[in-house]
Amino acid sequence: MRKSLLALAAGLLLAGSSVSAASAADKLKVGFIYLGPIGDLGWTYQHDLARQALVKELGDQIETTYLENVPEGPDAERSIEQLVRAGNKLIFTTSFGYMDPTLKVAKKYPNVHFEHATGYKRNPNMSTYSAKWFQGRYIQGLIAAKMSKSGVLGYIGSFPIPEVVSGINATILAAQTINPAIKVKIIWANTWFDPGKEADAAKALIDQGADVIMQHTDSPAAMQIASERGKLAFGQDSEMIKFGPKTQLTSILDTWGPYYIERVKAELAGTWKSQDSWGGLDSHMFAMAPYTNMPDDVKKLAEDAQAAITAGKLHPFKCPIVGQDGKTVECKGGDHLDDGQILGMNFYVKGIDDKLPGK
Amino acid sequence: MELIEAIILAVLAASTPLLIAATGELVTERSGVLNLGVEGMMIVGAACGFAGAWLTGSVFIGALFGIIAGTMMSLIFALMALGLAVNQVATGLALTILGVGLSGLIGAGFVGERITPAVHLAIPGLTDIPLVGRVLFGEDGFVYFSIALIVGVWWFLYRTRAGLILRACGDNHASAHALGYPVLRIRTFAVMFGGACAGLAGAYLPLAYTPFFIPGMTAGRGWIALALVVFSSWRPGRLVIGAYLFGAVTILQLHAQGWGVGIPSQFMSALPYLATVIVLILLSRARSGGSTAPAALGTVFVPDR
Repeated sequence: MRKSLLALAAGLLLAGSSVSAASAADKLKVGFIYLGPIGDLGWTYQHDLARQALVKELGDQIETTYLENVPEGPDAERSIEQLVRAGNKLIFTTSFGYMDPTLKVAKKYPNVHFEHATGYKRNPNMSTYSAKWFQGRYIQGLIAAKMSKSGVLGYIGSFPIPEVVSGINATILAAQTINPAIKVKIIWANTWFDPGKEADAAKALIDQGADVIMQHTDSPAAMQIASERGKLAFGQDSEMIKFGPKTQLTSILDTWGPYYIERVKAELAGTWKSQDSWGGLDSHMFAMAPYTNMPDDVKKLAEDAQAAITAGKLHPFKCPIVGQDGKTVECKGGDHLDDGQILGMNFYVKGIDDKLPGK
Repeated sequence: MELIEAIILAVLAASTPLLIAATGELVTERSGVLNLGVEGMMIVGAACGFAGAWLTGSVFIGALFGIIAGTMMSLIFALMALGLAVNQVATGLALTILGVGLSGLIGAGFVGERITPAVHLAIPGLTDIPLVGRVLFGEDGFVYFSIALIVGVWWFLYRTRAGLILRACGDNHASAHALGYPVLRIRTFAVMFGGACAGLAGAYLPLAYTPFFIPGMTAGRGWIALALVVFSSWRPGRLVIGAYLFGAVTILQLHAQGWGVGIPSQFMSALPYLATVIVLILLSRARSGGSTAPAALGTVFVPDR
């Protein structure tokens, strides 16, 4: 008896991820795999807000299930398959590291449709979707250059992958249009989420003279440090103004809701097809938080840039783009870099006084 | 000058949770028990510590909540590993998994809330001394307490009879038992002390380091504390060196990146681990004597009554 009780207890302990579902028959079952807890106030939180929007919109026709805290890598396969077995017909896997596991499960279950966020591998029953966050970074660069008194921006990076590097470049290209001598100090945290380390990085940047902090990591720690020290900062993924009411200039908000609703509607109508969606401001794949803590002329500058980008009149990577080595980058997209060049960006533009790790 | 002071302050803040958690685990392991659940006890301490401070408005009560939560978690471990003689490694790992889930549950209602962080000491005149003023006289209570704690543990382990008995349990539980010492009771107290420290270390994060709660905010610090205990050869003095060295290299590598030193950031991020391991190995090689691990560490003890 004692042994079986212990086994039961151990089993409960090991079932780390939690499942929630509303039950009803004959509804389309839609599953979600989340990287973090839904309360992370960042990446996963925004995906779950989108799921809630989906339920609000189509709740009478669908039923959603999510698994949170699912580690990236081979282990994710088990969780995705669990959702398939539970009868989910459309499954969103919401982190880059789920790419190969999703593809594997997709090949095994051709009748189930998969949507993988931020990856590049597709299958007839597996789509990919991501957002052109660099557009938002460009707007932030304009604001940062206007608001910085020291002319030094502090940038906390997660990992030197193209998504982050293109964000840094877009920021600097924008900032240079305001202040050609602008400087940026870049610290790589080598993690997406470690509040303590993110706070330490923010402290280091401010101690070295940066007065506007930007981040590509997930917690509000850097915002809070900037607020404590009376500096300015941008949020990430989510609204972070709570952590710096007098600090947050704006924040890039991941708004997956419209996309999720569109894809589920397609699934319900039987018109779902494998595709690659890489949407920007024009397709509402992300949004900018209200422009706060800045004078009206800066706010107007930001709003104008946002309107121009949304209308397709302004491209952050407008040619000519000059790399750190002084060479002009080949212009494959007409008057701007093409999507492939941005998705694979592995160089710093001229004006960044630092070396890209691994280059 | 100001930059140096800022760096030292950041180092102390980054090292303190490691030092507190590792001090508790050192005592636990010295009694012969290997509790791998430090990360789990820490994160529950963080959630409960924040909850306590948010509900009462007092950081001190928050810290007490953290200590109590960590102790309760360690009692689960004691019940399983000491009472039922379950494998300690498995129990410790399970405790971490439980803690991560439990903290998310406890903390769910507090995500996004804010508290006033721990106040820093301010003595007019002394705190304003350049370079050393804020370092010596401008810290928060956790930092001073962590130093008192490790000194107290050193004194207890090497200068008191009770400390000697605790170490005896860790080195040879059969002999200690034969001499009439209540091995399991002593070990339970040691485990509870470890839990209390881990809970306090966890509470430090949302109460002083980054004053908000987010699930998973310990981000592996419990595991680092565990490693520090091993690499310090279970000696309090070396533990202090290890914890501060780890914190120092962590902060310095961030600054080095900001200065643009041109060393790949991936290597820089690994540096705290490398430096700490190398220095502590060199330290233990410089002194004579083979393995200093408590001889009965991690072994199950069932008294024959």
